[in-house]
Amino acid sequence: MYSEKVMDHFTNPRNVGEIPDADGVGTEGNAVCGDIMKLWIKVEDGRIVDARFKTFGCGAAIATSSMITELVKGKTIEEALQISNTAVAEALDGLPPVKMHCSNLAADALRKAIDDYLAKQKGAEDNNG
Amino acid sequence: MNRIYLDHASTTPMRPEVLEAMLPFLKGEYGNPSSIYGEGREARKALDRARDRIATILGASPREIIFTSGGSEADNLAIKGAAFALRDRGNHIITSAIEHHAVYNTCRYLEKHGFRITVLPVDSYGLVDPSAVAAALTPETILVSIMHANNEIGTIQPIAEISKILKERKILFHTDAVQTVGHIPVNVQELGVDLLSLSAHKFYGPKGVGALYVRRGVRLDPLIHGGAQEHNRRAGTENVAGIVGMAEALVLAASEMDKEIERQQELRDKLITGIMESIPHTRLNGHPKKRLPGNVNVCFEFIEGESLLLNLDMQGIAASSGSACTSGSLEPSHVLLALGLPHEIAHGSLRLTLGRGTSAADIDNVLEALPGIVDRLRQMSPLYDADAFCKTH
Repeated sequence: MYSEKVMDHFTNPRNVGEIPDADGVGTEGNAVCGDIMKLWIKVEDGRIVDARFKTFGCGAAIATSSMITELVKGKTIEEALQISNTAVAEALDGLPPVKMHCSNLAADALRKAIDDYLAKQKGAEDNNG
Repeated sequence: MNRIYLDHASTTPMRPEVLEAMLPFLKGEYGNPSSIYGEGREARKALDRARDRIATILGASPREIIFTSGGSEADNLAIKGAAFALRDRGNHIITSAIEHHAVYNTCRYLEKHGFRITVLPVDSYGLVDPSAVAAALTPETILVSIMHANNEIGTIQPIAEISKILKERKILFHTDAVQTVGHIPVNVQELGVDLLSLSAHKFYGPKGVGALYVRRGVRLDPLIHGGAQEHNRRAGTENVAGIVGMAEALVLAASEMDKEIERQQELRDKLITGIMESIPHTRLNGHPKKRLPGNVNVCFEFIEGESLLLNLDMQGIAASSGSACTSGSLEPSHVLLALGLPHEIAHGSLRLTLGRGTSAADIDNVLEALPGIVDRLRQMSPLYDADAFCKTH
């Protein structure tokens, strides 16, 4: 039922782990639905230079998490904000219909990590000012 | 790669002897059992013999066996058939929170037709309390349906105890015995039930055939209207080959039952002990003793069932899970939730069901593969903090 790309990312997930000195962290999903994704990003000069994840969830949840860490690396914050859940699914050659809703959370987690980064930036500016 | 099939509660491989018994009726013997000429009489003879063999093993008389297309139809016929036939007597039905969907959703359907359904809770082992059945009875109660053993967690219910209570009150009692027939002794007299469902492909018979035991004198509206087959209770030309195969499979299962129970129980307990000892943060679901000989069901905290199944499959092991992702719905198994498990733990369930082809080497292989898979998924899980657990546990 999964595409070869999904199985590849599920079997050999890219960028698993945490970034201890991350610039932004986002968590999406909940245990009731059975999918939780946590994403860490490192930002330098407005560009995402590193992204790592940890995910509790099914094959699709793990594969989408892995895929988004690949997609965001090197992107500016503005570019990263353009990535949608659908785009992540497309990059994986599609997901089974039932998985599109519940297990396709990676872009939402990324948005939360970017929000966290932007909030921290703003906090730092306020403190400096 | 050598496959290890540990999903026998889902379906079983058909035995070669069963295929042999069926083949004549898929080839030369094409007669319709309802026809009076020679070809029909041969088919009728085969059908009668199959009915006799099945009835004998269940402790029933042949007239009390109705052939169906499987377990789901048997459950539907028992529940809807009894409910509609007894509507003049009352509208209340009692069932349990861990029934198979064939029973559970049939009861939900009847609710839309004016029946009142009481769903009894189970304890943390999945057991129904017979006194709770007694307490739920009302003058309107016409039917109670409690499964013999659960398909997910393997817990065996105190059916004989419940039937004693219901006999005094003259209330019909149905049990879904799809998981027990052919695996543990099932005798309708000892169980004291009025209706009992079974399915051939769960005991190494063909798919698409099952039966309902209906105690003599029980009124039942048919689901399928048409010809006079099955004493006017189930119209349609009989699945002769399937029915012959089912009888053969049941006779074979009965002949090796004692030996298989002992063998599978030993392997089951070895598997349970091995998992519990090698993988921390694991719980056994179901009753430790009152459980099917071939059933193992555990929850691994911090991981999700589908990822686990995909990993096991890649290592050649076929198993199942009660996680939402494997059921096609958003909810994890209603059985695991009824045990009182929180959602996140129910999502991490693994069911391994053994069968007559399962060897000690298979169990060793699973015990070798499983800890690594669970650990790998836990290392990837944001819910799992290995360091914190090392400090506190």
